Amino acid sequence: MSKPKFAHFDTLTLHAGATPDPATGARATPIYQTASFVFPDSDYAAALFNMERAGHVYSRISNPTCAVLEERISALEGGVGAIAVASGQAALHLAIATLLGAGSHIVASRSLYGGSHNLLDFTLPRFGIETSFVDPRNLDQWRAAIRPETRLLFGETLGNPGLEVLDIPRIAALAHEHDLPLLVDSTFTTPYLMRPFDHGADLVYHSATKFLSGHGVVIGGLLVDGGRFDWRRSGKFPTLSEPYSGFHDMIFTDESTTAAFLLRARREGIRDFGACMAPMTAFQILQGIETLPLRMQRHVENTRKIVAFLAAHDFVASVGYPELEQHPDHQLAQKLLPRGCGAVFSFAIRGTRDQGRKFIESLRIFSHLANVGDAKSLVIHPASTTHFRVSAEKLAAAGITEGTIRLSVGLENVDDLIEDLSRALYAASKTK
Amino acid sequence: MLVDVNGCSVYAYTGGRAFDATRPSIVFVHGACNDHSVWALQSRYFAHHGSNVFAVDTPGHGRSGGDARNSVAGIADWLVALLDALAIERAALVGHSLGALAVLDMTARNPTRVSRIALLGPSAPMPVADVLLDAAKKNDHAAFELINGWSLSAGHLLGGSEQPGVWMSGNALRLMERSRPGALYNDLIACRDYSDGVKAAGSIRCPAWVMLGQRDLMAPPANATLLIEALADKRVVTVSGCGHSLMAEAPRAVLDGLREFLL
Repeated sequence: MSKPKFAHFDTLTLHAGATPDPATGARATPIYQTASFVFPDSDYAAALFNMERAGHVYSRISNPTCAVLEERISALEGGVGAIAVASGQAALHLAIATLLGAGSHIVASRSLYGGSHNLLDFTLPRFGIETSFVDPRNLDQWRAAIRPETRLLFGETLGNPGLEVLDIPRIAALAHEHDLPLLVDSTFTTPYLMRPFDHGADLVYHSATKFLSGHGVVIGGLLVDGGRFDWRRSGKFPTLSEPYSGFHDMIFTDESTTAAFLLRARREGIRDFGACMAPMTAFQILQGIETLPLRMQRHVENTRKIVAFLAAHDFVASVGYPELEQHPDHQLAQKLLPRGCGAVFSFAIRGTRDQGRKFIESLRIFSHLANVGDAKSLVIHPASTTHFRVSAEKLAAAGITEGTIRLSVGLENVDDLIEDLSRALYAASKTK
Repeated sequence: MLVDVNGCSVYAYTGGRAFDATRPSIVFVHGACNDHSVWALQSRYFAHHGSNVFAVDTPGHGRSGGDARNSVAGIADWLVALLDALAIERAALVGHSLGALAVLDMTARNPTRVSRIALLGPSAPMPVADVLLDAAKKNDHAAFELINGWSLSAGHLLGGSEQPGVWMSGNALRLMERSRPGALYNDLIACRDYSDGVKAAGSIRCPAWVMLGQRDLMAPPANATLLIEALADKRVVTVSGCGHSLMAEAPRAVLDGLREFLL
């Protein structure tokens, strides 16, 4: 018997989860634009509701188009399954709401997307869930912050906006020492650049709005379960290992040895909070993922050239990109991100706040907006936008100054992008 | 539930239902390097449709104690001890792969204890490739990858799960990764060395239902021909396009077939 052949990553980006439509033969994944699905008979309906049969009931809980996307991202990440949700923020909330309740605690990197920071620092405390923020590079801080009521460690593969490389192997090991899972936001890297499960993470989520869909046309999130964490043995997650009165006293770890987390997230989190993904959105994200390897290669190639240009420019004070030798995480990046450190990075100009504004307003190809991971190049000033509600002290702790500018490098001809940046830097430098 | 069988703790999934002596009982037996959860949908269905269900973790697997048996007869004897421990005189037995061989052997030697049998992905003989056996002996992760690649049909290696959001290949791999060192090797030795399958089938008189995967590489349908011919009272279903992982690849077909046979 010959050895089995497993499809490569770039084949999975095109095929994982999708089969030609059995009804029509359609090769593209159909958009199942329907709220619900007809039951063949009453017994079948009851069995679907009681998790005795596989299938779809109502598109808030699951939908065939979304299911293809869920399989695809699971295949690419090396997980056991996934849930497609309304946004990256919905994915983060679903992960937390599935595992934690009032009185529990999270240890998180302090270098997070501003929206994630808002949820953890301002909103969740209202529901009794507290978060301690730590320097993502300081393992002692992670360790010291863990309390008896801690239930989750959380960070981003590349911190926002400082691009701190999360030392997933060491932080995952620390989490597992305490029978805790590590949740990772992998939006900036995508599975093309890094698969966090390969390094020990337990749960991964994406804002699929960014590089996965890749064209800035949808809002969506994906939450993936690595399937390795032993929720039952941990004894710290009663939502998974004790009877749930909201679903016939089901014990999710009895139902599934590997995917209890996903069962609860779907049977409670999506059912009750309702932040589901629309099938049209799933279709558009699938279209984006089909070209993910090609796009990420180009994103990284363009970024490397722009980083080199900026690093050599007289009006640029600093460039934060982990492939640069002076970046504090350079060696870790070489180990965890050999294909590249993504296409989002920050730099600081040698100038005043007004000069920073002049720089952004002088750009013609880079679009000034609040997003990253588009095929088109983007620019933003974090201190006045994404991190607007973050105090100056916390801004400084996250490595952001008032002159920090974040770029998301797109797929345009890199010479055009460099020319755009060069002209805007010149204009800024001439501003008083 | 946990039950003591010959001094060892054994886990059996019951679908969340308490035992009712007035109901018929069904025992589900998993295959190599698996556990009760491979029967999640089917066992839950029968638990909520009038049967006592025991989807067991066989010795050395899942949450059950003891060492994995290295012979089909050993697992079959353990099934008898399990029924004794549960105080069940007679049950229907459902087995997959190695579990199907154990069901076959147990029924042949203990006909009064079994009402009917369902065999999914059986094979007699059930040869094991040397490369797989060698990897399993070394507890090499490659053994799991080989099983995974051979167990799902080529089509299903690219997904298409009936269970929304589940990546079958990843799920199967993670389940195997949880097995204890040596368990897979013992399982494979049990498969390889079992030579009484056809003879056992020839002695069975209770109704038997056999499900085969058309594209099964682990237990090719042709390897079940003699076994099926030897069964006296049988029904046979072949699932088109399906590999060895019948419960994952074709959960609807498995449940529909079992319903028709068991209810």
